[in-house]
Order: sequence, then structure tokens, then C-alpha cells
Amino acid sequence: MHPILILVLQRLGLGLLLLLAASALIFGLTEILPGDAAQAILGQAATEENLANLRAEMGLDRPAITRYFEWLGGILTGDMGTALTNKLPIGDQIARRMSSTLFLAFWAAIISVPLAILLGLIAVRYQNRWPDKLISGITLASISLPEFMIAYILVFFFAVKLFWAPSFASVSPGMPLLDQLHAISLPVAVLTMVVLAHMMRMTRAAILNVMQSAYIETAELKGLTTFKVIYRHAFPNAIAPIVNVVMINLAYLVVGVVVVEVVFAYPGMGQYLVDAVVKRDVPVVLACGVIFAAVYILLNIVADVVSILANPRLRHPK
Amino acid sequence: MTTPLLKVRGLKIGATVYPPGEKPHDIEIVHGVDFDVEPGKVLGLIGESGAGKSTIGLATMAYGRGGVTLTGGTVEVNGRDVRQAPLKDIRNLRGAEVTYVSQSAAASFNPAKQIMEQVIEAAVGQGKFTKQEAQKRAVELFTKLGLPDPDTIGNRYPHQVSGGQLQRCMTALALCPEPDLVVFDEPTTALDVTTQIDVLKAIKDAIRDTGVAALYITHDLAVVAQVSDHIMVLRMGQMVEYGTTDQIINNPQEEYTQALVSVRSIEHAEKQPTEPVLRVKNITARYKGTNFDVLHDVSVDISPGQTLAVVGESGSGKSTLARVITGLLPPRDGKITFAGRTLTPDQPSRSLEDLRELQMIYQMADTAMNPRQTVGTIIGRPLEFYFGLKGAEKQKRIQELLDEIELGTGFQDRYPAELSGGQKQRVCIARALAAKPKLIICDEVTSALDPLVADGILKLLLNLQKIEDVAYLFITHDLATVKAISDSIAVMYQGRVQRYGTKSEVLTPPYDDYTDLLLSSVPEMKLGWLEDVIANRKMESAGN
Amino acid sequence: MLKNIPLSAAIGLIITGTYFLAAIFASWIAPYGMAETVGDVWEPSSAQFWLGTDQIGRDLLTRMIFGGQTTIFIATAATILSFTTGSVLGFIAAVSGGWIDQVMSRLVDLFMSIPSLILALVILSSIEATVVTLIVIMGLLDSTRVYRLARAVAVDISVMDYVEAARLRGEKLGWIIFREILPNALSPLVAEMGLRFIFMVLFISTLSFLGIGVQPPLADWGGIVKENKEGINFGIGAALYPAVAIATLAISVNLIADWILNRTTSLKGGRG
Repeated sequence: MHPILILVLQRLGLGLLLLLAASALIFGLTEILPGDAAQAILGQAATEENLANLRAEMGLDRPAITRYFEWLGGILTGDMGTALTNKLPIGDQIARRMSSTLFLAFWAAIISVPLAILLGLIAVRYQNRWPDKLISGITLASISLPEFMIAYILVFFFAVKLFWAPSFASVSPGMPLLDQLHAISLPVAVLTMVVLAHMMRMTRAAILNVMQSAYIETAELKGLTTFKVIYRHAFPNAIAPIVNVVMINLAYLVVGVVVVEVVFAYPGMGQYLVDAVVKRDVPVVLACGVIFAAVYILLNIVADVVSILANPRLRHPK
Repeated sequence: MTTPLLKVRGLKIGATVYPPGEKPHDIEIVHGVDFDVEPGKVLGLIGESGAGKSTIGLATMAYGRGGVTLTGGTVEVNGRDVRQAPLKDIRNLRGAEVTYVSQSAAASFNPAKQIMEQVIEAAVGQGKFTKQEAQKRAVELFTKLGLPDPDTIGNRYPHQVSGGQLQRCMTALALCPEPDLVVFDEPTTALDVTTQIDVLKAIKDAIRDTGVAALYITHDLAVVAQVSDHIMVLRMGQMVEYGTTDQIINNPQEEYTQALVSVRSIEHAEKQPTEPVLRVKNITARYKGTNFDVLHDVSVDISPGQTLAVVGESGSGKSTLARVITGLLPPRDGKITFAGRTLTPDQPSRSLEDLRELQMIYQMADTAMNPRQTVGTIIGRPLEFYFGLKGAEKQKRIQELLDEIELGTGFQDRYPAELSGGQKQRVCIARALAAKPKLIICDEVTSALDPLVADGILKLLLNLQKIEDVAYLFITHDLATVKAISDSIAVMYQGRVQRYGTKSEVLTPPYDDYTDLLLSSVPEMKLGWLEDVIANRKMESAGN
Repeated sequence: MLKNIPLSAAIGLIITGTYFLAAIFASWIAPYGMAETVGDVWEPSSAQFWLGTDQIGRDLLTRMIFGGQTTIFIATAATILSFTTGSVLGFIAAVSGGWIDQVMSRLVDLFMSIPSLILALVILSSIEATVVTLIVIMGLLDSTRVYRLARAVAVDISVMDYVEAARLRGEKLGWIIFREILPNALSPLVAEMGLRFIFMVLFISTLSFLGIGVQPPLADWGGIVKENKEGINFGIGAALYPAVAIATLAISVNLIADWILNRTTSLKGGRG
């Protein structure tokens, strides 16, 4: 077997292990802390007897480790249990909301990734000149504000003052695509701004790192045009770090989505999770938490695998 | 007289510097330099770091690294001034008329592309050859440069060939487009000494056979003497002396050139061995987590107040030996006796006296001193730690030590960052002396320094040895240093002591094959030395 | 050391200083009581109410000052907790190495494989959000990042020749950590501390905005946005003041952090 394949498989195996550990951590965090689902349902005033009865009914009296594996098995087979608050199956809710969230994240990614790479390239091209400084200034400003602040500033100006876009992102299944896009234009803009800054900055650093290599100088001293230097020599080496940057930032979108959905009352996973936290609906929190964590971890694994695959030393071993 | 291929007149080069905490400003780094290179001739540019030699080399291709720009004068290549030429013309010149070989071929090759593709890129891209012609020419050059498997080596990736081979590939890359001029920028400096001469010979033959002209940039006068027809000595952006190689080597006019030529001419009379202060007996060692020994059955002695030079190439185990003696790497087997006491294998269990009497000086003075401590603190700490000196007494001793290392007053309150490379190394010497040691391990202490500065450090060390009666274990790859200062020598090769004895014993023939290779590989400031050496070798260098 | 202080850092110091002073002396400088209803709903700014009033008629400037106190206090306390835990453990891991380092580092990897906001949400679903629990949760979650930095910095420094020289001299662990490693690790750590502080401000504001951070009637900047967000739809900007406060505080702390980092590099960067 090619050594690089072994490395990739190792990385994937480690990733699966990490996923398992992460699910155990999330489950464990809701276990070791005081208070459980029964307490949450009955409230502080509940008697010990009532609590014990409910615990027995819900199976909470069995050892945590048993319940963890049951829960894990459920998640893997798509059975995520029922919500405490409305007794509805969590799986159905998540399936519906997941597609909404992915719709939002998809458009944010479609806009922010090319934009970030383009702006990163511009920053490199005009390094230390005004376009670079302007871009880093905007970066500084946008990482200094929480997502919901950016959201309200945009709502205040574009929805309330200018009436360009709705301040609530209500999307229904039958809506034409264009209307849907109009409805989510502001949340997409916010998510774009949030990840754009980081992505741009990291892209800039990755490209600069490559452009300062000695082999770029060699290429320039061969009399190649700037385009050829970039296309033939910089690009093959920059692609892996850039993909890495993109993946890390898409993972970052996962967090941004939670807040942005709440601001725009968008019926996605993020809002579901926050609602559940406020209502102390632990099964829902567990299910959502584990899905968010899994997406985050998977994107990071993809980033690692791309780095391995793109490394010429690993691809062509001695 | 032939028309010069390269004609440089009044060349001035400036750079924008960005000192932290200050406004960026422009400085001039080359202050008006004139020289010619005629077709098929080799001009050596020689100078210390900061002399501006690489900058001048790149200027012939109208290229400036970082914020470097040509600010004045003319640089005519084939009668055309590249300083004034439009970018399009400059591109046509680069990689066609003038090509470049850098110091680090490992960094200068694109790691993601095969060697052949990179070697022929300029030749094909500039329309000089078709792809087939260029590939044929590349294979010819690979053969000429003595690369193994010349037909297929081009299919490999840069990390798949050794450093010495890659440097030859870089030469092939530069010669492939049949340029008029090649700029060689320290092409052999990063290589081991025995590999260096092979590459040097390959470059020299290639220059001769292709009839190309060259600018050969180096800090090593002995190297440049082997390949160049003329030599220009540079210092701080100015020309010091220009002449034929013969004249510069055998009859230098300027004081600075004379100093460069006579460097390492230190006279040191060898002392006879006495009862040793350090006795290393049958040491075998390996690093944690590995399954092979890096030292095999190593035994050496050092007499009090004398110098043992441990010499070898990278990977010979010479630095590992130092780690074993200091106790940083406990050996698997063997015994070390120091000042009549047996040293425990690991450093933490050693007595304070053992620690004090065995001091160490490092190669990189930069990282050997805490950047947050003043010179006074750095030298004062051992005084306080070992002797409990405080207050005025300590200050007085610090000053004495500063005087001994010829730094004088006013240095106590400076930070390492405010010192030059040579001054830093002197402070490290003072720190070692402060402990009043019986033995100092000197690990490549001069190899990061310019020749004249290194010379000063060696003289200081010899002088201090007389005054303090301290022994040195001198680890180095540089045989010129060894000859200059040692009383006895251990030649190391692949973790073994290959040859050991007093200096005169070791340096007197008959030699074993490796010692012969190593000794003969040290460039000598003598015309025609290179050819003699190659003709008389018994053994191939490992770096090929 | 305050000589040659660049303009940007000076501005950063002044603004940050002002915010901290306002937070410390909130009870003295606030014009009204924190929960005191003094006017109509969402009054515009006037001589009486400089920033206007909030959604139930409390003076917004007063709310902002007390909100700043809560936000800055929680962020500062969490930063200190995160820093002491993270850097102490990081240094221990770097200096001891071996299995201690392995166990701690793998555990930190695990925690960092999940976004802190998600972890915080999971924890806050089964634990009451009080000032203390918020500080502990935020501080400990964030200490993983400090751990990584502190460990990396300490590992880098501990392989330097000057640390080896100190070991060879026979120096004790205390001298090596406090005299050789710490002075060189301090600048990057202090600069990072600034960034962690900003992150804490954003973090607590986000939690409060989501309704699971600081609980009413206590004011904090995130909470003020939550309380006044409906106003935005009527064109009332009350919810945007915290944005200005957070942004100016974050940027000025950033400016200070940049300055500290640059000072470090100038010391390491040799002559000139």
C-alpha cells in the first residue's frame, strides 16, 4: 500500500476516535453536572419520590455508561429520542432544520470562499499598500464585534432604514428560490462578514508564506511572467494551505450559524439548540451538540487529509 | 581587448529597512562599484557577510530581494543597461542571458515539481530550445556534472536527491539555457567539506566546457581561488581590491585583503600529552527512541591546559560526544573520568564542582544567551552561583572578565541584541571562564562567524588558555581551525574515532582513507589545488 | 518604558483605561440607579438622558455603565482564570514532558475539537448560569487555548542553548522556569492575554444575548442588546450602543496587544 494511503487512513481512524471521544465528552458534561432531565421537567419543587419515579420511567436510574451507548446507538441509527418539552421525535425536527441550516451555510460559503481568496490575493499583491491596509483594518473591525452585533447593525441600516431586505428570515418550503435568497440575504451577509475576515487574513498569510519561498525567486530569475510564476510555482504549493484555511473557516461557520439563526428567527439547527438550552431540554441539546461537533470535526479532518495529500514529500516518498 | 559581457559602472544599491519601533527609511548598501566580466571568464566576488556581494550578483539580473533597488550607475549586459531596461526586456534576459545558482538548492527547487521540469523551464520558456532539445541537453549536463543515473534523475522530486546532488542539478538548471553569464551565489557553502570539492570541481569543469562566463560569490577566498580568473574583494558595499586571482592570492596590496589571505595563520606550538584531565573510555551511545548507536566505543583523553580537536562532518557523532560528556545524553556503555573523579552518566546527579569545572561554549552565541538578561547578569550568574560573589566584589570580577575578553567597560548593561556576532561569542567565553573551569567544550564556536572575526576568537581562546590553564575540547568540521589551535586531534567518522593522536601524529602521513579525504578536502589558498586533490584521491565522498 | 510609545498604543491605553475606570467606579459615575425607571420607553437622547432610555424607561447611559461593569468584570475574571490555569499547566507539560504532557495535551485536543460556544451551550443546559458559573465555564474552556500557546512557547524556549547552559550550570527548576523561560515567554503571553480578553467579552456578550448568560435584572452589554432588539425594527438604535462599546474596547485592547508583540520582536530581532 502506498505510504500516503496509510497516513490518510490513520488520520481518518484518529478522526473517528476523536468523534467518539467528543460524543462521550458532550454526554458526560450533561451527566457529571448537578441536575438531570427529571429535575428539569419537575422543577426545583419536586419531591424525592416523584423524581425517583420519573427517573425510573425515563431509564435515568441505570448506569451512565449504559445510557451513553444506548444514546450513541440511537444517534447512529437516526433515532435521537424525543424532546422533553413537546414529546416530539428529535430526529424529524433535526432532519428538517438541518436542511435549512445547510441552505444558509451553503450560500454563505459560496459567497465568502471566493471573495476571501480574491481579497487575500489582492492583499498580497498590494502588500503594505493601501488595499492591504484597508483589508486588514476591516478585518480588525469585524473580529472585534460579536456576530449578533454585526447582524443588528446590518438590520438597522438595510432592513429598517433602507428596506432592502427583510429583518426576519422566514423561508417556507414552497417559496421560489429567488424569494428564499432574498429572505436570507441579511443572515448570509452576516455569516459572510464573520468568516470573511479570518479567511482573508489566513489566506493572505498562506500565500505570503509561499511567495517568500526561495523557489519563487528561482522562478522569477528564470524570466517567467508574474502569471506563470504564480500559476506554475506558487499555486501548486499554496493550494493545500488555502484549502486548509477554507475548511477551518467553514468549521467556524458552524458557530456563527447558531447566533445568526437566533437573530433572524431562522428555523435552523442553531435556533433549535439555543431554544433547547433555554428550556433545559437535555436530549435535544445532546443531539444538536453532537451534530455540530461532528460537522466541525469532520471539516477539520478534511483539512488535514488535504494537507497530507498535497504534500509532495509524502506523495513521492524516497 | 574583447568587449566585456558584463560592464558595471558606479553601481549603487539601496534598500528600505523597517527597524521595529522606527519609521521605515532608505539606506544605501552598495556605494558605487565598477567591474567587468569578459566572455568565458570567471570573476570571484569575495567579502564578509554584509559586504553586498549577493546583492551585486542579483543586480546583474536587475533583481532585488525584499526592498532592494538599484539606485544608481549602470549594469550593462551585452551592451544593454538592465537598470533602465523595461520589465519585458529584463524578463527576456533572466533565464536566457544570465542565470542564477543559489546557496540553498534545497529551498530553490519547487518541492511540488520534478527536477527535469524545473531544469528545462527557462530554456524552453525563453524559446531557446524545444522541450526535447532541452531535455537532451539537461541529461548531458547531468552527466557532465557527475550526477548518478543522469537519464532518470530528472524524474525525481527535489527531496528525493541529496544536498550535493541537488546543488549540481541547480547548476544544470542554470547552464541549460546556454546563458552568457551564470551567477553562482555561495553554491558550495551549505555542503559538507568533502562534498564541497566534488561540487566545486563539477562546477569548474562545466564552466570550462560550456565556455560560459561566471560571477562566483563566496566568503571563502580559498574556494574562489580555485575557480576564478579575477577576484574582486568587497567590504561594506565598497570595492577594496581588484586583480587577477594570482595577484590577489600571492601579492595582495590592501591591508584588508592581506588579512583575508593570511587568515588562520595562527602559530601554535603543540604540547606533549600529560596526565589527562578528562578521560573518555569506550563510550557507546544512542538517542532515546532510536535503535542504532551514534557513538561506537569512543575513547579520547585531554591533557590539562591543552586542546583536543574533535573533527568530522555532519553526522559523525562529534556533537553527540559533547552531549555525553556534559551528561545530557547518558551513554549506554563506557566511563568518563574528570579531574581524577568518575563522572556520573547523567547531568542532574553530578556534583556542583563537576558542573563548575566543565563548561561549554556554543556555536550560536545568539541562542546561547538569554535575550532578557544583560551582559552583567549573564557573566555574573556563575560567579554568584558557584562562588557566592555579591555586590562590589562581583562587579569587580565581571569587569576583570570583560577585560580578559577584550571588551572593556560599558558592556555590563547591554543586552545581547546590542552586540555584534563576535562580541556575543566573547561574552559566552567570559561566562564559561567565570566558573574557573578545568575544561571548556567549544562546539563549533567559530563556524557561524566571518573569517576575520573567527580568527580573533581563536586567538583569544589560545591566549586565555595560557593565562587560565584551561583545557579545550574543540568540536569542529573545519580543519584549518584544527591545525591552528590543537595539541591533539580525534578524527571522527560515522560515530567512531577514525584516527587519534597528537597533532603531528595525526597530520603526518600515511593516512587512512577517510582522514586523507577529509584533510585533502580543505580548500587551500593555492592555484591549481583543486585539480591536484581530485587527481590524488583514494576515497569517494559520502555526500555524492 | 512609556517613552517612544506609538500613537496607536497610546490611544488603545487611554480608551481601555477609561472603560476599566468607568467599570470600577460605576456606582459613583452612573447618573441613575441600575434598575431605576426614570423616563418613558425608548426616549431619544437628551440633556437629561445622554443616550436616551431603554425598553422600559431606564436611563441607557446608566445601563451601559453598569453593563460594562458586569461584562468587563466577568471577562477579566475569566481571562485571569483561563490564564493561570492554561499557562501553569502548559509550562508543567512543556518542562516535564513524557506521559504528563501526553495526557494533558490529548485532553486539550479533545476539548478544542468542539467549538467552545457549543460546549458552553451543552454545559449551560444543565447548570444554572450565575456570574460565578459563567466565569468558571468560560475560563476553563478558554484555558485550553492558553495551554496550547504556553506549552508551545515554553517548548520553544526550553530547547534554546541558554536554557541548556543554565541546566548545565546546575540551576534548579525554579530558576529555569522563572528566570530563563518566563521572561521570554511573557510578551507573547501578555499579548495573547489581550486577545483572550476580547474573546471573553465577545463570548459573554453572545451568551447573554442568547439568554443563557448574565440573567436580568443584572445589566450587561449582550443583555442590553437582547432587551432592546425589538427597538431596531422601529428604527431605534438603543441596541447598537453596546456594539460601539464592544468594538472600541476590543480594538483598543488589540492595539495594545500589537504594541506589546512588536516590542518583543524588536528585542529578539537583533540590532537596530
